[in-house]
Amino acid sequence: MLEIENLHVQYGNIEALHGISLHVKPGEMVTLLGANGAGKSTTLMSIMRLPPPEAPRVTQGRIMYKGIDLLPVPPHLVVAQHKIGLVPEGRRVFGNLTVLENLKLATYARKDTAQIHRDYERVFSLFPRLSDRKNQRVDTLSGGEQQMLATGRAFMCGADFILLDEPSMGLSPLLMQELFKVLMDLNQAGMTIFVVEQNAHIALKYAHRAYLMEAGQIVMEGKASELATNPEIQKAYLG
Amino acid sequence: MDIQSFFQNLINAMQWGSFYALIALGYTLVYGVLLLINFAHGDIFMVGAYIGFFVATFLLGSYAFHLPMILSPNVVFVLTLLITMILTAGVGVTLERVAYRPLRRRGAGRLYIVITALMAGLILENGNLALLGASRRAFPDLIEKVVYTIGGVTFTNVKIIVILAALGVFFLLETIVRKTKIGMAMRAISYDRVAVPLMGIPIDTVIVFTFILGSSMAALAGVLFVSAYPVLEPYMGAMIGWKAFIAAVVGGIGEIRGAFIGGFVLGFIEIFVAAVFPSTFRDLIAFGILLLFLSIKPTGIFGVARAQKI
Ligand SMILES: Nc1ncnc2c1ncn2[C@@H]1O[C@H](COP(=O)(O)OP(=O)(O)OP(=O)(O)O)[C@@H](O)[C@H]1O
Ligand SMILES: [Mg+2]
Repeated sequence: MLEIENLHVQYGNIEALHGISLHVKPGEMVTLLGANGAGKSTTLMSIMRLPPPEAPRVTQGRIMYKGIDLLPVPPHLVVAQHKIGLVPEGRRVFGNLTVLENLKLATYARKDTAQIHRDYERVFSLFPRLSDRKNQRVDTLSGGEQQMLATGRAFMCGADFILLDEPSMGLSPLLMQELFKVLMDLNQAGMTIFVVEQNAHIALKYAHRAYLMEAGQIVMEGKASELATNPEIQKAYLG
Repeated sequence: MDIQSFFQNLINAMQWGSFYALIALGYTLVYGVLLLINFAHGDIFMVGAYIGFFVATFLLGSYAFHLPMILSPNVVFVLTLLITMILTAGVGVTLERVAYRPLRRRGAGRLYIVITALMAGLILENGNLALLGASRRAFPDLIEKVVYTIGGVTFTNVKIIVILAALGVFFLLETIVRKTKIGMAMRAISYDRVAVPLMGIPIDTVIVFTFILGSSMAALAGVLFVSAYPVLEPYMGAMIGWKAFIAAVVGGIGEIRGAFIGGFVLGFIEIFVAAVFPSTFRDLIAFGILLLFLSIKPTGIFGVARAQKI
């Protein structure tokens, strides 16, 4: 479904990704692990084609999605046409809007009214806390609730492929488990998921496959269960 | 001040407040979405008035090329308003396209964009001067003036139309921004611009929509203004534009109700200061009051300090 081949990415003149390759198949839940600054967010930004000044510049390689080259596609069409949703680093929900307005905004480009209604119900059943806070302003939500909203919002875009950037950041262990269970539920219902994580414990517990990234390169890949028992990874990431 | 002249001043204040509010709106909407102070906006008001003049005189059949039928002045007035709003919106959108968008694309700093806005305003003024000359033009009387007198207070139907138009626009815009998806997108952009495309929303569409709203409201103000004070000249937008900008800031820039309340506050201060002090003191005292207010509450009446989480 998603195929990244030999991707080189620069910020200005500094190369941040040195030719990474990875793929995600339909229905999979794949995780990308790595320490701070490894280039995980850069990988996601390259897929989403966010506008300057945040935009990393792809200098070499390809990003193919369902057989189509994503590189010339502007970000709003990556979402609206190709149905890829991103839960960005730091959530970036709209704090001056209510929960419901945030979700509604995510349906901006959609016309399938009946399905939109089913999707609202789905989000509120996955995240009952959001359902109790529909009309609350989002900057008054807790960090965990904002993370749920960010995830629900990506879902409301009508995505069948969701990218998440460190969703566990700042969550209590309990909330973290809750969130990953929801991701697993979604995945079992057919959603393809690509989750970037520093928390290898939780990511390897739920994902099918994993990539490990260090200093802009993929240094290891394999089944999540295999990586979880790999002595190097255990030493460096599972301590 | 007796009660009669109080109400007389009140009505005048509301009329001027309405003009300021309608123009302030354009500043506030664009600022809310782009964090750009569109200093060309006062000149969009002027352009609106001129477009209104040409549309109205055309519809009245003043040119060799004219409509096959004769329209009543009221119909001409309504048509003039509509056509002028559409055409002026086109001017605003063009301004955004040729002046601001290229800078935005290149990630230019805000200072450069503000300077560009100032220059765009000067170009509109001087372009008008070059094209049409310095002579003033008189806007045709489209609305038959009716003067009402209630309890010694006199007012015209034009004043009533102006005030009602401003109130109508206020409710319309509040509804758009609160209830529609594009309105929500406008609010979302002011909070976190980069996250907006992640919702599948093309930012440029939202920006164009914002310029359409702001420019068409300036056009509405322009036509109403020359209906009340029928003199057109190329610099007519400069002073009123500055004042409307100040009104937007006093109300809390970025907030629609701020633009309205700010506009009315300015109208009230001006009229009531002029009623008490000699008229040469009017602006001095009025702006002194506003300066004092802003030094106490720099975010304006409705504004909140921006704690941008980016
Ligand atoms: N806008 C930018 N301009 C310049 N360099 C950048 C920019 N964003 C990221 N980088 C650099 O690119 C490299 C990869 O950063 P990236 O944000 O992708 O890391 P990450 O794996 O997501 O880290 P973290 O886990 O801390 O989020 C880092 O060295 C970083 O300093
Ligand atoms: Mg990151």
